[in-house]
Amino acid sequence: MHMADALLSPAVGATMWAVSAGGVALTSARLCRERDDRLAPLMGVLGGFLFAAQMINFSIPGTGSSGHLTGGLLLAILLGPSAAFLTVASVLVVQAFFFADGGLLALGCNIFNLGVIPALLVYPLCYLRLIGPAPGPRREAAVTMSCALVAMQLGALCVVLETAASGISVLPLDKFLFLMQPIHLAIGLVEGAVTLAVVSFLRKARPELLGRGERARAASGRLALAGVLICALLVAGGLSRFASEKPDGLEWSVAKASGAPSLAERRFGLPAWLGALQKRTAWFPEYQAPAPAAVTQTGTASGKGSGVPGVVGTVVTVVLVVGAAALLRRGNRESATPEA
Amino acid sequence: MASVQGALLDLKRLDRLAGGDTPLHRLDPRAKVLATLVFIVCVVSFGRYEISALIPFFIFPVCLVSSGRLPARYLAAKVALVAPFAIAVGICNPLFDRTVLLHLGPLDVTGGWVSFASIVVRTALTVAAALVLTALTGFASICRALVSLGMPRTFAMQLLFLYRYLFVLAEEGGRAARARELRSFGRTGRGLASYASLLGHLLLRTWQRAERMHMAMLARGYAGTFPAAQHGSFGAREFLFVLFWSALCIILRLYNGAEILGTLVTGYLP
Repeated sequence: MHMADALLSPAVGATMWAVSAGGVALTSARLCRERDDRLAPLMGVLGGFLFAAQMINFSIPGTGSSGHLTGGLLLAILLGPSAAFLTVASVLVVQAFFFADGGLLALGCNIFNLGVIPALLVYPLCYLRLIGPAPGPRREAAVTMSCALVAMQLGALCVVLETAASGISVLPLDKFLFLMQPIHLAIGLVEGAVTLAVVSFLRKARPELLGRGERARAASGRLALAGVLICALLVAGGLSRFASEKPDGLEWSVAKASGAPSLAERRFGLPAWLGALQKRTAWFPEYQAPAPAAVTQTGTASGKGSGVPGVVGTVVTVVLVVGAAALLRRGNRESATPEA
Repeated sequence: MASVQGALLDLKRLDRLAGGDTPLHRLDPRAKVLATLVFIVCVVSFGRYEISALIPFFIFPVCLVSSGRLPARYLAAKVALVAPFAIAVGICNPLFDRTVLLHLGPLDVTGGWVSFASIVVRTALTVAAALVLTALTGFASICRALVSLGMPRTFAMQLLFLYRYLFVLAEEGGRAARARELRSFGRTGRGLASYASLLGHLLLRTWQRAERMHMAMLARGYAGTFPAAQHGSFGAREFLFVLFWSALCIILRLYNGAEILGTLVTGYLP
């Protein structure tokens, strides 16, 4: 569930960057204070482990599909929230740079959805509260499964909200939610099962490894509270303001749900030449507003709404870009041969 | 990511590109990071129905690829492989948005298709920019640039550690995965039970490796931080590079280059 740059508006991307950068700064400072120098190599190789584990699939019985680990909750159980968050964030950074999973602007969103939510919100607020001091196997199973589910659902919800607030995709909020949440219910179940299986394997094989996360328990309450506060403020302030500034995604789907598009505005904002063509669009008042101004102008000028200059211009630009590339390449080759 | 080995080979190839020696490779990494950020912000700040104004932006990745002597076909294939999520969400646009925006002769183009095409173009631009940045700069240099731009040192160290051991662990994981595949028939043996114990063993070995590494680092005098690598200088060339590309991106953001060219060309036609 990596977000992609193409679906983000700069406002949403920047807000989420700010939130995630805040998380990175906070947890880095905390780890610096702890001064556990064993932690640095451990986090590094566990990041590599997470990377490898995400590439290995297992088949889910009965469905024919396959799943893999996402790992935020597992790392939080092993390392404690701060170290786990930094590890997941670093894996996402590498994926953004090398596989372009998501993208650079979407990195903030991805770090929030896959790192902040499981490690800094769900782990301290749900897992630690529910698991208790000496959990039995049933309690551990129930808590791990439910926490993985909650983390995955929250992550999917954030993807939907970020996409809707950006307003690049016109998929209605409710439909997108219905699409995303059930899929991530299944993914969350898989995640919970894998996390539980690996943790119980470790409990049998080397139980002393599981102590680290428990030691971090004492200090994590304050961190979680601060994290929640900052996230809530930033997300609420940032996202809702942008959503209301650009009345497309969220507001539009609200208007659709309430069934009351404002008729006066719609008449007012429309160019006359589109009037005959918009029988179907009575429900979609916003769509005309961001239509490219140039197209509208040339349309009214030539009287028939033609997009010819835009298309011709595009073709000419492509030709120019390709020509520039060829020239640069040839220049390079000529300069390269004398050296070689 | 079809297989672990394939992904790893891919990673290594992209990593090796950063070892090139062109003026662009020698540029201070900060300049490249800043220019790429300006470019991405300009690209994504367009409205959802914009296509023609986005096309001129291809000049940035194309110029860098050609003058950085990067393999264009390989990068294009990576860009094409990468965007399933954006396209999966974008493909719904034509279904929900049926306003006719454009007339190309007898063809009516709906807003949904326009915005879908816009999403595809954006994906290509942003992904290409990110990959070109990595291929021209190398991950370690990008980390260095980010630290001097304000990233916490702890996180930079984590990134460098991860980057160093990524290859080792991915190879180990790949070997384990291949061994499991060779021992499993059809779908038996590929279920959750064997997956969990495979991951568990991988985790144990990882942990032991971390302990060995820590001891080796202590033996070499590790005291909590790495010595800083040598810093490049942010000179006139870097300044000009950033200035030129930022100015170009902002101008292309403000004026639709393709549209202006198009009216110029069609203006001379009868």
